[in-house]
Amino acid sequence: MATIDTHIPADVQHGDHEHDHEHEHHGNFWTNYIFSQDHKVIAKQFLITGMAWALIGGTLSVIFRLQLGFPDANLEWLRPLLGGWITDQGKIDTEFYLALVTMHGTIMVFFVLTAGLSGTFSNFLIPLQVGARDMASGFMNMLSYWFFFLSSAVMFTSFFISTGPASGGWTAYPPLSALPQAMDGSGLGMTLWLVAMALFIVSTLLGGINYITTVINMRTQGMSFTRLPLTIWAFFFTAIIGLLSFPVLFGAALLLIFDRSFGTSFYLSDIFIGGEALPHVGGSPILFQHLFWFLGHPEVYIVLLPALGITSEIIATNSRKPIFGYKAMVGSMLFIAILSFVVWAHHMFVTGMNPFLGSIFTLLTLIIAVPSAVKIFNYVTTLWQGNIRFTSAMLFSIGLVSFFLTGGITGLFLGNSAVDIQLHDTYFVVAHFHLVMGSASFFGMIAGIYHWFPKMFGRMMDERLGSIHFWVTFLGVYFVFFPMHYIGIAGFPRRYYSWTNFETFSSFADLNMLVSIAAIITLSAQFIFLFNFFYSIFRGKLAPANPWGATTLEWTTPRHPKHGNWPGEIPHVYRWPYDYSKPGAKEDYIPQTIPYSETPESNLPHENELIKLEMEGTGAIVVDEKKH
Amino acid sequence: MVSEMKIVEEPRKTLSMHPRKFGMWLFLGSVLMLFASWTSAYIVRRAEGNWLYFELPNIFRWTSLVILASSITMQMAYRSARRNQLSQLKNWMMATAILGLVFLAGQWMGWADLVRNSVYFIGNPAGSFVYVITGFHGLHLISAIIYVLIVLKSSFKGKIGPANMAPIEMCATYWHFLGALWIYLFVFLTINR
Repeated sequence: MATIDTHIPADVQHGDHEHDHEHEHHGNFWTNYIFSQDHKVIAKQFLITGMAWALIGGTLSVIFRLQLGFPDANLEWLRPLLGGWITDQGKIDTEFYLALVTMHGTIMVFFVLTAGLSGTFSNFLIPLQVGARDMASGFMNMLSYWFFFLSSAVMFTSFFISTGPASGGWTAYPPLSALPQAMDGSGLGMTLWLVAMALFIVSTLLGGINYITTVINMRTQGMSFTRLPLTIWAFFFTAIIGLLSFPVLFGAALLLIFDRSFGTSFYLSDIFIGGEALPHVGGSPILFQHLFWFLGHPEVYIVLLPALGITSEIIATNSRKPIFGYKAMVGSMLFIAILSFVVWAHHMFVTGMNPFLGSIFTLLTLIIAVPSAVKIFNYVTTLWQGNIRFTSAMLFSIGLVSFFLTGGITGLFLGNSAVDIQLHDTYFVVAHFHLVMGSASFFGMIAGIYHWFPKMFGRMMDERLGSIHFWVTFLGVYFVFFPMHYIGIAGFPRRYYSWTNFETFSSFADLNMLVSIAAIITLSAQFIFLFNFFYSIFRGKLAPANPWGATTLEWTTPRHPKHGNWPGEIPHVYRWPYDYSKPGAKEDYIPQTIPYSETPESNLPHENELIKLEMEGTGAIVVDEKKH
Repeated sequence: MVSEMKIVEEPRKTLSMHPRKFGMWLFLGSVLMLFASWTSAYIVRRAEGNWLYFELPNIFRWTSLVILASSITMQMAYRSARRNQLSQLKNWMMATAILGLVFLAGQWMGWADLVRNSVYFIGNPAGSFVYVITGFHGLHLISAIIYVLIVLKSSFKGKIGPANMAPIEMCATYWHFLGALWIYLFVFLTINR
């Protein structure tokens, strides 16, 4: 028992032995902080980059909200920031408005809620929670970040070219995105967008391969699938979805590149510009939508599942109760992951699709409500009669459940092909996905930051500022998106620069103003968070080893884990991660590393059986667990 | 010392595989999805009509045989490595790389045939799809040939053998995958004219 058997083939084991004997890695600044292969440093790189993008994406949204809420205002004061994009009349340039919404969507969906959320927490938590020294391949992990960085750099550059960034919507539908003559943003801006997205996909695939490999192959002894924290399950499913769907976007984008730059006609047909026919014949723009949404819908769950996993963990920890229905939680995530691949056409109900096909996709879409409702039910029943501690992380997790519910319910409306014909591309859709996907995932990400900040930086964030941040953001988000339901039912189309030409819509001007004011306040509240975050990195209270009394493995590491995570051997795991408030136990939590034989007072009958069973194997060969 | 030792139950070992080999399979999964997206797009687009009908170049049948043969040589190389027959391993690996190049040359001639039949990359998507699908399969095969050469280089250094099978196993997996992928694409394109 004194030696450690990591059951990894010899040629990858050398790293482990180094760690066992001499633990400190003395690299220089570049290898420690910039081109680091340590998953914790890479996670922080993803986090900081994601936060920078979130700030940019949020600012863009406030700029176009200014136009929507105050259509008559003089925005001359924005000229120092936007320069020529402010017209001589002090208005936002109409084409730049489209660039704003496009870039807001692209940045938030891909750069913040995919890379910033999955990239940060999958990287940070997978090795720490499954009990591994690092990812399966630290080098690939590093590449993953740097491809993301390159992608970010290219996307950021597109803001500074004279024709402006891509403006055909984050979905980049052709022909708008395929023809440079369609609009300014479809020129160089769109090319840069495609290059950035290609790099981004490479980054996601490199990361995803690593996440899956690590979860399956690098678990510590005793960490069976049924003892994995729900965070890991969520990251695992997310990575699988990403691995299956991002190549499809890559394929779609390649065909779009060929159409744009080589003159093929995959997506283009019978287009006349200025009375002259283009040479493209025989393409189908709907084809792009099929390919795009085959990624696009799973992408929604790529964004959401990690947030749900983080929430499961935080709600159980701060309710001091085992998560309700662990297997149902895993099962519903699996079900959601599978369903995410067969519902893509509900984004295309108005493309002239066969109504029978529409009804099939309606049915499949509405089925998603079942696993989603299971998850909400389990969150609520976990909270029920718990000893709830309202930490900032807990507040944001509860906020997520709230958004997931209110936003999810409108999904039932939109999933109906008949209802969707009325609501398609209105603000109702905007309200729906901003609540259920945008805000819910954003809250999951913020909750994760508050919860794992002590592990990341060894210090605590300020709880009072945290709860101020929560209440302003929570109310702000509802004030922003709730009125949009009404605006949408009234028929306001999304992405329009102005409605002042339509007398009908004038009556909603004050509601739009309210939304815009709420958006500005919500964005401002994020600076409280930023201050809290950066101040706490340097001046926060020193964090104890296990500040939340949590059971998972990451809290058994030192306050500042070095590369390799545990100074000695990797702890073994003896129980599932949700032994909170177990009757008879001395404390209200039992870490995963405590064997059943040390807690006779709280063991259940079947757990005592387990001790006997496992004792027989001591010192002898242990039967390998088979995959189920 | 024994008395101080706490005896606790031994936790079970977890299921695990070679991480890099496993990662290779995941990579193959994503490559498969890329081609699946294009063949699905092909079917969807073809169903809409306005489709150009033309014969696939005959040479694609011969290149299919070549790539099957290269899979056999690759398997022979793998067997030689397992039996520690280094010189045979090198020969089979070189044969595999050469067959790979022959395959690529054949694909190129296939493209030339298409051009002679006035099927161009630019034009009806029916033709463009064939170029994109075969072209990207070819690109992957180029990467596989480079991979074979890398493994060949390390076998010259004597690093490949029964004690270190992982590199050649992964290389063989990739090679067989691309062979099977081509057969799928060839059959698919032949059936769905």
